[in-house]
Amino acid sequence: MSERQIQLEVLRYDPETDREPRFQTYTVPCLNEWVVLDALNYVKDNLDTTVSYRWSCHMAVCGSCGMMINGEPKLACKAFIHEYPDQIRVEPMAHFPIERDLVTVVEDFITKFASVKPYLIPKEDKPVSAGEFKQTPAELMKFKQYTLCINCMLCYAACPQYGLVPEFLGPAAISMAHRYNQDSRDGGRDQRQEVIASHEGVWECSFVGACSEVCPKHVDPAGALQQVKVASTIDWYKEHLMPWSKK
Amino acid sequence: MEIIQTDIAIVGAGGAGLRAAIALAEADPKLRIALISKVYPMRSHTCAAEGGAAGVIKSDDSLDLHFNDTVGGGDWLCDQDAVEYFINEAPKELLQLEHWGCPWSREPDGSVAVRPFGGMKIKRTWFAADKSGFHILHTLFQTSLRFPSIRRFDEYYALDLLADDGRCYGLTALEMRSGEIRHFEAGAVIIAAGGAGRMFPFTTNGAIKTGDGMALAYRAGAPLKDMEFVQYHPTGLPNTGILLTEGCRGEGGILVNKDGRRYLQDYGMGPETPVGQPVLKTMELGPRDRLSQAFWHEQQKGNTVSTKWGDCVLLDMRHLGEKKINERLPFVRDLSISYLGMDPVKEPIPIRPVVHYCMGGIHTDINAATPVAGLFAAGECACVSINGANRLGSNSLTELLVFGRKAAMSAIEHLKSAPGSNNASALAAKAQESEARIRALFDKSGAKESISGLRNEMMHTLEEGAGIYRTGDRLAATCAKLAELRQRYADIEVHDKSKVYNTDLLQALELGSMLDCAETVAVGGRDRKESRGAHQRLDFTERDDNNFLKHTLSYHHPKEPPRLDYLDVVITKSKPGVRDYSGAHK
Repeated sequence: MSERQIQLEVLRYDPETDREPRFQTYTVPCLNEWVVLDALNYVKDNLDTTVSYRWSCHMAVCGSCGMMINGEPKLACKAFIHEYPDQIRVEPMAHFPIERDLVTVVEDFITKFASVKPYLIPKEDKPVSAGEFKQTPAELMKFKQYTLCINCMLCYAACPQYGLVPEFLGPAAISMAHRYNQDSRDGGRDQRQEVIASHEGVWECSFVGACSEVCPKHVDPAGALQQVKVASTIDWYKEHLMPWSKK
Repeated sequence: MEIIQTDIAIVGAGGAGLRAAIALAEADPKLRIALISKVYPMRSHTCAAEGGAAGVIKSDDSLDLHFNDTVGGGDWLCDQDAVEYFINEAPKELLQLEHWGCPWSREPDGSVAVRPFGGMKIKRTWFAADKSGFHILHTLFQTSLRFPSIRRFDEYYALDLLADDGRCYGLTALEMRSGEIRHFEAGAVIIAAGGAGRMFPFTTNGAIKTGDGMALAYRAGAPLKDMEFVQYHPTGLPNTGILLTEGCRGEGGILVNKDGRRYLQDYGMGPETPVGQPVLKTMELGPRDRLSQAFWHEQQKGNTVSTKWGDCVLLDMRHLGEKKINERLPFVRDLSISYLGMDPVKEPIPIRPVVHYCMGGIHTDINAATPVAGLFAAGECACVSINGANRLGSNSLTELLVFGRKAAMSAIEHLKSAPGSNNASALAAKAQESEARIRALFDKSGAKESISGLRNEMMHTLEEGAGIYRTGDRLAATCAKLAELRQRYADIEVHDKSKVYNTDLLQALELGSMLDCAETVAVGGRDRKESRGAHQRLDFTERDDNNFLKHTLSYHHPKEPPRLDYLDVVITKSKPGVRDYSGAHK
């Protein structure tokens, strides 16, 4: 049945017993069509029940199984064994504290995500009984891409700036703010600007673009950040050089 | 043990749990709401739903048509008063989501677009490309962030409900990060913890769908209803079980056998319709139970395509063209290419039926209330029942919203009328018992059974006995096997002795939940001596309305198989009739 044997090196860390992380290697018989998550599940079910990691959907939509695979941030359910050498190293996502083995502490992301007001702040009051807000396919296309974020946090693991400056709001949070700013039904941009146009917001981004490279859903957070920068610059000029004009 | 005081605790933070939480917060900002989930909300399995959500909005549609499609689709096992409430509320809930920012796909004039789905006489499925569940879940999660009164307890696993004098007053839950057990005091509890598809070996369901919410209520005395009705989705990828949405067929995809024949015409769903021009409620737009059953017959006749992943039929979408596939079914294309290495634009995709949804669940009435006072349930873990013997595609996402909200409203009513418990010491003792149960499991050593071993045996006996077609003999064998596994479960061991994020312990608990649910599937199926919807018996091939126009209720016993009871179906205006999915119905 097995088509190939790999050495899976798994970072292990139990805060109750380990002073520092270590690696443990498992020999795993694989099918070529397997993903790295299948190999981890093989270990869990057959070799070592103590390995801890998050996963659920196995179809790259729940965003649970982000980890470093041979040094790159990936979803374990979308990292195909056939694209890797026989030695595969899995580690928890970079830039987040390790909770246990491959499980990271992600509260920082959750807090930042919530801080940008990632919800519709309606431009006009309209009761539900009055029906839907009209939105043309072209208006939908302006922000659709940014709705595809699965909150997997791979962009934070890839972002060198987030590694250096932990206060940085980061790619996914800013692109979600941009998503609502671009929505024809929304009128909350001014409220979000207070957070995202700040020093810890978009101006911290050094435009390396690593976030967009690792995004498994092609959200292109780097593109969103650039658009936010341009829009914030225009705001600044309007406010400081053309004070007579209303934003 | 730390006590967390709340007014209402919600177990599960997927579509139904989030909808309930928002409804509570909107109704009364002073309510203390605890939203408890074993995963972060956006990981909930609602995210994997693709096709869409049904609700009457277009002028050519009507509430009566939605009612008839749902009741007939459910083979008359639906409670019709609940269905009526559901279809009335459905459009409001979908519009509410639109107002919260859900990126529904649109018509050129800016109105919400609808697409055809199986078993529906009119196009009425709202969709957001082919990631409808994902967008619904994220819209709800993001909207929930507006409300400071929704206090989330992410990665807490609910252990036991705490009841006193027949009323539910809260629960215990394990905090994954610390391994500590918390006592949540609550005036009411809403369970919204999803289905149990992981009982089966081949399923579209994510790893988290282990029936924990169902088992939680079941062990506390609430019956599980109609658990023998398990839906096979006809179009899963054969190697992984990944779902390809019914929207594939709604947009015009066809199913063919190894000879290229559109075999559904041979199973009462013909005559053949022109390729690329789907006709509602006919051929590929028949209901899921009939399509999955047709696959089984084709397999028996040797008409399926043999692949390295087993027998398949082919889903051909090539005639839709690249542009339409990219616009309407981009996720399907991505999934097929990524996980099967095949592009639906260029070649037919091999597929086979895969376990998808539990029609059964915690017995609730039309108010989402269980028989245990103060305990409510909504979503896949609940059985109202609007789905009867076979759920229509795109009713479940709407169900999350309608009954998630209803459970919240009912819980508020309950708080107004119910006195708090004056027996704090009894509840504290029950919480201690719960902790002792987990402690004993955690500390045990030298046991003989492995968690993954028992889980495999459970999955395979269920597939063997409770698959697409069933017989009394095979169901009886599965019942016996599951009873054996229940006893052997007492002899499992948790090898991981760390308190921090212990997934070994979690999997042990999840296995316990699945075993509880599995036994109700098999015992309920064994004793339902008829064929109806998703429950098809080779030894009782006809529907038997004289004896089985009834819901099965399973009651828990700690050491024995479930005890069964039956409850009449609520019929208001649609007498049981013939389910007609042939061209003749037009």
